[in-house]
Amino acid sequence: MALVLTEEQMMLKESAAGLLAQKAGLAQLRALRDAGDTQGFAPEVWQDIATMGWPGIAIPEAYGGLGYGYTGLGLVLEQVGRHLSPVPLQSTVLLGATLINELGSEAQKQSLLPAVAAGELHVSLALQEGPQHAPEDTALKAESAGAGYRLQGGKCLVLDALAAQQFVVIARTAGVPGDSAGLTAFLVAADAAGLTVEQRSLVDARGVGALQLDGVEVDASAVLGEVDAAWNGLSRSLDIANIGLAAELLGVATEAFERTVEYLKERKQFGKVIGSFQGLQHRAAELFAELELARSIVLKALQAVDAEDPQLPLLASAAKAKLCEVAQRATNEGIQMHGGIGMTDEYDIGFFIKRARVAQHTFGDYNYHLDRFAQLSGF
Amino acid sequence: MSDLEHFRADTRAWLEENCPAAMREPVRGFDDLYMGGRNPEVDHPDQQLWCERMAERGWTVPQWPREYGGGGLNKEEAKILQQEMARLGARRPLESFGISMLGPALLKFGSEAQKQEHLPPICRGEIRWCQGYSEPNAGSDLASLQTRAEDRGDHYIINGQKVWTSYADKADWIFCLVRTDNSGSKHEGISFVLFDMASEGVTTRPIKLISGSSPFCETFFDNVRADKRNLVGEEGKGWAIAKYLLTHEREMISAFGAAPSKSLGAVAVENLGSDASGRLRNGILRHTIAQYQLDALAFGATMSRVGDEAKAGQGLGAASSIFKYYGTELNKRRNELNLAIGGEPALGWAGDVYDGGATSRDWLRSKGNSIEGGTSEVQLNIIAKRVLGLPD
Repeated sequence: MALVLTEEQMMLKESAAGLLAQKAGLAQLRALRDAGDTQGFAPEVWQDIATMGWPGIAIPEAYGGLGYGYTGLGLVLEQVGRHLSPVPLQSTVLLGATLINELGSEAQKQSLLPAVAAGELHVSLALQEGPQHAPEDTALKAESAGAGYRLQGGKCLVLDALAAQQFVVIARTAGVPGDSAGLTAFLVAADAAGLTVEQRSLVDARGVGALQLDGVEVDASAVLGEVDAAWNGLSRSLDIANIGLAAELLGVATEAFERTVEYLKERKQFGKVIGSFQGLQHRAAELFAELELARSIVLKALQAVDAEDPQLPLLASAAKAKLCEVAQRATNEGIQMHGGIGMTDEYDIGFFIKRARVAQHTFGDYNYHLDRFAQLSGF
Repeated sequence: MSDLEHFRADTRAWLEENCPAAMREPVRGFDDLYMGGRNPEVDHPDQQLWCERMAERGWTVPQWPREYGGGGLNKEEAKILQQEMARLGARRPLESFGISMLGPALLKFGSEAQKQEHLPPICRGEIRWCQGYSEPNAGSDLASLQTRAEDRGDHYIINGQKVWTSYADKADWIFCLVRTDNSGSKHEGISFVLFDMASEGVTTRPIKLISGSSPFCETFFDNVRADKRNLVGEEGKGWAIAKYLLTHEREMISAFGAAPSKSLGAVAVENLGSDASGRLRNGILRHTIAQYQLDALAFGATMSRVGDEAKAGQGLGAASSIFKYYGTELNKRRNELNLAIGGEPALGWAGDVYDGGATSRDWLRSKGNSIEGGTSEVQLNIIAKRVLGLPD
C-alpha cells in the first residue's frame, strides 16, 4: 500500500485540526485543570465531536460507524496530540469500541457499537494492576457465582474512569499470573454494586482513575467473547491502542518541536537570535530527522491495522517504541531550548512534556515495546 | 491485452533470449560492477555483451529520451522493465557517474549540441566520467574552490588541483568545477566545464584509504586546454549545476542506509546464543541492535513514503533532506554492529579465513559515507537553514 494520505484522509485531518483548535485545545485543558474537573472533558464539546461522527470513525458501517478505518482515527488522534485536546477518544473509541469489536459476540456488537458510534456510550478498559504495563500478570480474580461471576481486585490507569458507563475489566478465570491463557473480559457497569471508582490525579491533568472491585457480581452475559480466551483479542486491541497512542504522540512531539523552533527564531541573547547558534541548529535538525522517521512508522503501522497485516504486533511495538523515544526527546529539548520560561506553568510548553510521559507509559513504554520489538524480530 | 501487458510480454521474451547466464548471477561486491569506458575493466566477457545488447535498445538508461541513446520509457514501462529484470535476477548492464550524475545535469542544463555529443557515449558505456569537485582547501566549503580557468578566446587554460576524485585514474572525461572569476562572492564565478582526461597536463595519483582500497585520486591540472563548447550553462553560473548534481549524489549515497536483507539480531543470535526466552544473551548488545533495527525500519518507511508522496503528486517533501544524513549515519551504526557481533574474525584484514577482511574493510569504508558528498554536519546546516528556516 502506498504510504500516502488519500484526499478523504487529508480533509478529515484538516477538519479535525479546525474543530479541536477552536473547541478542545490547550486553553480548554488548562481551564478544566484549573477548575478541578474530574470528568476530563467538557460534555458539550463531546456532543460536537459526536455530531462530526468521529466516535464511529473506525467502527464498521454495519454497526453504525463511518468505516473509515484506523488510519482515519489515527489522523484525528494526531490532531488530538497537537492540540492536547481533553477528549475521551482514546478510552471510548480507540480502546472501548475496538475491544468490543475484537472480542464481542455478534449480539454484543449489535447492542453496544451503535451507541459508542453515536457518542452516547463511554466504555473504558480496566487492565493494569501494578506500576507497569504487564497484561499477562493480571491477578484480579473472577470466580463462578451462581449463573454468573464474582470479581475481586483492583485496577489502575483506567482512562476517563469517571465518565465511563461501562468498563471492560480483564480478569483471571484460570491459570496463574504470568499466563496469557485464562484471562476473560467482563463488561461491568459503572454503577454495579461493590464497584468503587476513584479519581486519580496524574501529571497530565486528564481524566484517569482506579477501580476497586469488592465482590462485584455479573451475569454470564457480561463476558465479552469467550471465557478464558480474551488474550488474542486483547492483544490485538492493545496493538491498535498503542498505534493510536503513537499517532497522538506524533502530534504532541511535532507541536512541541514547532513551537520550540519558533522560539529559537525570536529569543535573543548575546545580541543575536539563539536560533543562529550552530549548537542549537544541529540539535533541532537532528530532531527534525527523527520526527520524519516517526511520521513514517506511524503511518505504516496505521495502514497495517486496516490491511490486517500479520506484521501488526511488530509494527505496533516499533511505532510505540519509536514515538516514545522521539516524543521524549522533543519534549525534553522543548523545555531546555525554551530555558527558564519553559519551566513556568504560565507558558504552555510544559503541558506537552506532561501529556507525552503519560501517553508513553500507557500500555507499555519504550523499554517494554523495544524489548517486544526485538523478541518479535527473533532476538 | 493492454499496451503495458504487451510491453511486459515482449520485454520478458527479449530478456530471456538476450540476458547471458553469467549476467543473471548476483554481483560480487563493488569491483564486479561494469563501468564501461575506453579501457573497460572486464571480469567476464558477457559484461560487455550484455551492455551492448541493452544499449542497443536504450535500456542502459531506460528513461532518457531516445534521441540521446536512452530507452524513452515512461515510468510504468521502466517499472515493468525493472520487475522483469528482477524476475530473471538480471544485473544492471552498466553503472557509471555519467548515468547517475552528469547525464541528469546535461539533460537539464546542457545545450542541444552537448547532449548530442556526450549523452549517447554514456548510454553505450563508451566514455567513463569522473567528477572534479573537492579541492584540498574546498571540502565542506566547496564554493571556496580555486582551480582557475583562464579565458583564451575559444578555450580555457586550466590550472589547479582536485582531490577525492572518484576513479580519476580510470575515467576518460571529467566534469569539473573551475573558477572563471574571482571578483564576486564565492558562489559566483564558478563554471562547469567538461574535458578529456587524456589531455596534456592532466595527472592523477590514487589515494590509499584506511580500508586499503584506492577508489579516489588526487588530480592535477597543469595548463590543461578545455574547449569553450564544453562549458555547460553560462560562464560563472556553475554553482547552480553543482548543487543540482550534489542532490543526485546524496540520494545515491543515502541508499546505503537501507536495511540489510538478513536481520542483524538473527545473526547475533546465531553467533552469540540466546536465553530460554529467546532473547540474545548479551542484553546491552541486544538493546543496541534493537535500536538500529527500529531506526532502519523507520528509515526504510520514510524512503517509501517520500517516493509515494512524490508519485501521488504531493511534491518532494522536506523529508528528503534527511536522507543523506540519516542513511549514512545508519550505515555506520550497522558496520559498528557487524564488528561487535562478529568479534575477532570481523577484525581480520587479509586471508581467506577472514574473507579477505571484507567486514573490517567495509566498516572502515563506511566512515567516509558521512563525509563524502557533504558531511553530516553540512547536511544538518542545510536542514536547519533551508527546512527549519533558522537564521545565519
